[in-house]
Amino acid sequence: MITRAVRIFSRFERFWHWSQMALIATLAFTGFAIHGLHGLVAFDTAVYLHTGAALGLVVLWLFAIFWHLTTGTWRHYLPTTKGIWRIARYYAWGNLRGEPHPYRKAWRRKHNPLQALAYLALKLFLFPLIWVTGIAYLTYDLWAATGGGNGALTLVAVLHTAAAFAIVLFVMLHVYLLTVGGHFLGHVAPMVTGFEEVELTPVEAAYLEESEGGAIRREGG
Amino acid sequence: MFHWLNLTRGPVGIALAALLALSAGPVGAETQSSSAGTAAGHPDVDMHFRLNPTTVPTESRGPSTADHSRFEELQGPFTGGPDVTRACLSCHNEAGHQVMKTIHWTWEYTNPETGQKLGKKTLVNNFCTNARGNEGMCAQCHAGYGWKDESFDFGNADNIDCLVCHDRTGTYYRMPNSRGNDACAVMFEDKGPIDWPAVAQSVGLPGRENCGSCHFYGGGGDGVKHGDLDSSLIHADRSLDVHMDDKGADFACTVCHVSSEHQLAGSRYQMHARDTGGTGRPGLRRGVATCESCHGDAPHPMDSLRGMKLNGHVDRVACQTCHIPAIARGGVATIVGWDWRTAGRLRNGEGYKEHDYIQGNGEERATYKSIKGDFTYTENSAPEYAWFDGRMRYTTIDTHFDPAAQPIPINSFSGASDDPAARIWPFKRVHTFQPYDKGNNTLVYMHLWGDDEDAYWGNYDFGRAIATGMESNGKPYSGKYGFIETESWWPITHMVAPAENALGCGECHAREGRLASLAGFYMPGRGDTPTLDRIGLLALALAALGMAGHVLLRLLAARRRR
Repeated sequence: MITRAVRIFSRFERFWHWSQMALIATLAFTGFAIHGLHGLVAFDTAVYLHTGAALGLVVLWLFAIFWHLTTGTWRHYLPTTKGIWRIARYYAWGNLRGEPHPYRKAWRRKHNPLQALAYLALKLFLFPLIWVTGIAYLTYDLWAATGGGNGALTLVAVLHTAAAFAIVLFVMLHVYLLTVGGHFLGHVAPMVTGFEEVELTPVEAAYLEESEGGAIRREGG
Repeated sequence: MFHWLNLTRGPVGIALAALLALSAGPVGAETQSSSAGTAAGHPDVDMHFRLNPTTVPTESRGPSTADHSRFEELQGPFTGGPDVTRACLSCHNEAGHQVMKTIHWTWEYTNPETGQKLGKKTLVNNFCTNARGNEGMCAQCHAGYGWKDESFDFGNADNIDCLVCHDRTGTYYRMPNSRGNDACAVMFEDKGPIDWPAVAQSVGLPGRENCGSCHFYGGGGDGVKHGDLDSSLIHADRSLDVHMDDKGADFACTVCHVSSEHQLAGSRYQMHARDTGGTGRPGLRRGVATCESCHGDAPHPMDSLRGMKLNGHVDRVACQTCHIPAIARGGVATIVGWDWRTAGRLRNGEGYKEHDYIQGNGEERATYKSIKGDFTYTENSAPEYAWFDGRMRYTTIDTHFDPAAQPIPINSFSGASDDPAARIWPFKRVHTFQPYDKGNNTLVYMHLWGDDEDAYWGNYDFGRAIATGMESNGKPYSGKYGFIETESWWPITHMVAPAENALGCGECHAREGRLASLAGFYMPGRGDTPTLDRIGLLALALAALGMAGHVLLRLLAARRRR
């Protein structure tokens, strides 16, 4: 095995990640304003920003789904139990004892099993919940045009808000875990530059050097 | 936002009233003359009934197909109103039958849903309380001549007053149908005799001052009753009413209140709280006076998110709620509180008035009158809001109520957030303490107007005024009266501000916003799910706490390793 700085986050992934972050932050901030949790932004401004950001995220997601499917990177989210207990044990004990993180990113597998599971859950439950309720909320006038949509609107609003709280919770944990098992900046940097030290089999290294020009730095990062 | 006026009457008012008491003795209606027409110069005339100076007629509705000045029938001479009416009806031979079917003539309305008999002939209100028995005064606003008591003939078309609606000279006026007591007769200024041929020849479609001569002065004075109808509308600017703006659309009342056979669209007894009928182009739908009948039910341009979002409100929020941000905006105050309990105070054996309120246009308004009690005014203030399905119910003279359930609603309405027919509407609420029959627990008819011994506006004796009012109308009276708290609700629909002055989103979508009192439905921006919010914030706080704890554990572990 050899270690090389490999570009594991493509330009699109990085663009997708950071613009998604900005949109989700905007959505959370304006969404909680619309809900009435804070008054830091005028209600109508919040509505326009929220709706605009939501539509932006829809577009971004359509691109991202297309990209994931066409490049095969959707496989990164496949759940696996392989090594999951070692990772769980590390988060529970190992990191307190100063043990090294048991997971090393691989070119074909950039998420550790817990990460993959967490992201998968996010994408299978929380995101659909907030999207379905959000679109229902946005199109409220279409399905509740005859009035009497009180109970339904309340349900939609409650689920949407609850999902928002859960997503904020996820983001908090997501950011916090960047401090576990290494340096915060060390974890963030690959999402900026795209490059991270990755263990490669000689075959992988040869493949990358041959076929994916620019995806590998010969001298290491 | 609210200009709730203090009920206490200050030294200025007392001094003024004392001065008045010294300078002006009681005078009869026929002999009273006044040098100044303004309330400031002559505070006793602040009733403003028929006291408007001759006005230049408002908006012209285009040339007629007939020049009435050339009709032989209208050359006169006329001995009075009925003479003119006969001349009108000799050509307009259906007009008489038509008018006599309208509420302007009958003062009667039967609610088709409840069967309740309503109309000014029947109702008790919480202003001057009742027209019944006071026709000599109240029926000035009846579209007919000479209704002063029960003997009035509702079948005589000659008594229809065509001119009050159709005079276009601005010189036509009406006086009370009978003489009042000295105490209130002072409020009528004498005017020159009416030039009957001139007014008869100048007839045309009603202008704002025609409708306004009654509808602006309901409840006993300018702007008193409605809060959205007062003399400021005769010459409105854009900010007061975007439709009636003199320099803009310059609408007459009848542009919206379209008529068919003299029946005018629009009713406060049965309202269209939500109109889904559409605009009915080309031309306009008849029989409705809703915003939607012209603007449709998607009035905002759909070319922006803003327009789409605003249109999304139409099913739940009346146009008026956003587009009439405040009532009584034209400089004329409106009454929101009336206390009959304090009526009847005398100075030197005479009734008096106190004028402690200067309204927006600079005129003084009475805050106390011996004949009526204390008043509270408001101007340019936020209305109250409620779900409204258009159905009005009234507490009539026949309703027995539980006095413990005060305030007694003079009128009440239905509507709820889960009722598709209901929308959020703005209202003006009038809060009153007024006499009632303590034995039978009913409202009462009071005999207020008249130059007889029993009229309250002369003898200041509630007991006699009520006994007379009830007896002459064949209503049972226990002989014991008390005062009861009442309230009435007036849907606000006039004084439509231009779009740029409509309410902003945050006025309602906020904690403690304008709709804070309307519960039972989710509205974004109010923080309507406190339990969820608490759980959510708690979860976030616990997570933060957990992370802090985890950091601590990591630091401790790291130190131990060292």
